[in-house]
Amino acid sequence: MLEIKNLHVKLEEEDKQILKGVDLSVEAGKVHAIMGPNGSGKSTLSYVLSGREGYEVTGGSAELLGEDLLDMEPEERAAAGLFLAFQYPVEIPGVGNMTFLRTALNAQRKARGQEEMNATDFLKLIRAKAKELKIDADMLKRPVNVGFSGGEKKRNEILQMAMLEPKMCILDETDSGLDVDAMKLVSEGVNALRDEGRGFLVITHYQRLLDHIKPDVVHIMSDGRIIKTGGPELALEVEQNGYADLLAEVA
Amino acid sequence: MALPQTKLDATEERLSSLTLPEGGWSGAARKDALARLREYGLPGRRDEYWKYTRPDTLVQPGAPRAALFDPGEAPVFDSIDRLKIVFVDGVFDAGASDDLSLEGVTIERLAEAQSDLHWAQSLYGVLEVKGQDPVQRPLAALNTAYATDGVLIHVTGKPSRPISLIYHHRSESSDAILHHVIKLDAGAEATILENGPAAARFNKCMEVDIADNATLHHVRTQGRDHERRAATHIFARLGTESVFKSFTLTANGVLTRNECVIELTGDDAVAHVAGACVGDGDFHHDDTVFITHDAVNCESRQVFKKVLRNGATGVFQGKILVKPGAQKTDGYQISQSLLLDDDSQFLAKPELEIYADDVACSHGSTSGAIDEEALFYLRSRGVPEGEAVNLLTLAFLAEAVEEIEDETLSEEITARIEQWLIRHAG
Ligand SMILES: Nc1ncnc2c1ncn2[C@@H]1O[C@H](COP(=O)(O)OP(=O)(O)OP(=O)(O)O)[C@@H](O)[C@H]1O
Ligand SMILES: [Mg+2]
Repeated sequence: MLEIKNLHVKLEEEDKQILKGVDLSVEAGKVHAIMGPNGSGKSTLSYVLSGREGYEVTGGSAELLGEDLLDMEPEERAAAGLFLAFQYPVEIPGVGNMTFLRTALNAQRKARGQEEMNATDFLKLIRAKAKELKIDADMLKRPVNVGFSGGEKKRNEILQMAMLEPKMCILDETDSGLDVDAMKLVSEGVNALRDEGRGFLVITHYQRLLDHIKPDVVHIMSDGRIIKTGGPELALEVEQNGYADLLAEVA
Repeated sequence: MALPQTKLDATEERLSSLTLPEGGWSGAARKDALARLREYGLPGRRDEYWKYTRPDTLVQPGAPRAALFDPGEAPVFDSIDRLKIVFVDGVFDAGASDDLSLEGVTIERLAEAQSDLHWAQSLYGVLEVKGQDPVQRPLAALNTAYATDGVLIHVTGKPSRPISLIYHHRSESSDAILHHVIKLDAGAEATILENGPAAARFNKCMEVDIADNATLHHVRTQGRDHERRAATHIFARLGTESVFKSFTLTANGVLTRNECVIELTGDDAVAHVAGACVGDGDFHHDDTVFITHDAVNCESRQVFKKVLRNGATGVFQGKILVKPGAQKTDGYQISQSLLLDDDSQFLAKPELEIYADDVACSHGSTSGAIDEEALFYLRSRGVPEGEAVNLLTLAFLAEAVEEIEDETLSEEITARIEQWLIRHAG
């Protein structure tokens, strides 16, 4: 599904290398988790994959279903099936949540040569999905993320993911800022989307989330590289011992 | 103080191309206005009040040629049930206009109301004179003196339909001067719509007197002819607990200066003036607003938003004057521009002058580009860049458009802006 090979990325504005050869492959139907110390490059990886400006790829490749991701505009990546749940979702005053999601959904459909979804079907769908995530109708009408609490923003990301039904979902610290109940809701939302044709890359600092969303593979990122890959037990090890031992291992 | 010779000459040159109408009941007001105009002189490039907008083409004797324009879309407000009054290059078109009778209002044309006595006599040029202090507005005096026509609207009740003034532009060199007087009796309520480019050059003045507890809604769009020019004035006086809400959409037009002068004279009155403008290329738009609070517990809002690209220029001069004793004034003013490239510019002069101590006034003026973070967020969800920019641009203008109370009207305006943005996508 997602094939990242020897990816090197530096900042466009300064001479600072952030990703120093990332190799990662997420298969359809699998959940991969990435953990790693602050500043190790996890968010950068997610941004580079989704096409945010400000980064320069100096080497390597990233493909989604055999297509070169790095060559596409952000909207083309979305239409190709990539979705990033942001670590810090952006507030957009004046753009209604519903208008936004409907525009996005239909733009993706159009790009894929599918028919647009009409207003009635859209409304039905979004109401059903919002209900599952306990997002009330009032929030749907409000401008995108404006005045939403931290947890509400994260739930809104998952709502968007549920509506857009991407093939490859990247979740960047979706668990941060969530209370215990919201964490369960969000996890259920994610688990409901688990499917043979869909891959997940879950960035997190805590085992807590992985109790709910059980990963198949866990990677540890440090200083712009994946330094270790293993099963779910790797996350437990980090939870108990921190990163010191792992870092020492590779040093 | 004697006027500089160049100004005197320019003024006399302009006047020599005009004939003062007889005017009947308005004759005296017209002569006074002419005297006033000679005293002020027409605006010149050195005038402080015209620092950001060059008045030359608004002042020169003939109108600069303005190519006719086919907008290729249904006229604005077309789907709205309204009483239509049509002017073509400033000349009343009886055939295209509706019958002027409507319950709750009497409507007459200025050019036809020739009797010696008329209710409008107490307003014609009267609110304009008040609006000449402390800042002179010579083009309004010129209008009062030389207006060839206009409508006199006396609202006594609550007419069931909006009154819609439609201004067509069919001659490349037309130079139109229209003057409207609108009077609302106590408790009356009406909606006035205006749309169309009007002429190659349009000088329009609207005097509005809103009595206690009366409400006037005003929504206008200025016509998309790229080469048209306009200098317009609104002079409004508000009584106790009265409401005036005015919104203007300006899309295109090589030069527009919209002045709005409002005096809140009765307690608890509410005045909102808002404007959205979108300009691409050879476009200069100036909103000049002066709101005077002269009563207790009044609210005023100025909300002006401008979207500019390819060298377009936006100007905002807005003032809130709170007179002594106008306690509990709530004054809000915001002027913002969204610059879609580095060539465009926004010039703003927001002013507050306050002589009462128990007031809440705020003002802000900003100018900036599209929010890149928001743009990326939208694109990452699959919205193509152009569409995402348009969504954010509409969102930027929304605060101004939301000042229109009637939902049908605000949706109509939003739809027009959307179409403009699609046509002018970067
Ligand atoms: N636009 C930028 N300008 C300057 N430095 C940047 C920029 N983007 C990323 N960095 C730097 O790159 C490094 C990696 O940042 P990144 O956000 O990817 O880390 P992370 O692994 O997601 O950390 P966290 O766990 O704290 O979210 C950090 O040192 C960060 O300061
Ligand atoms: Mg991060």
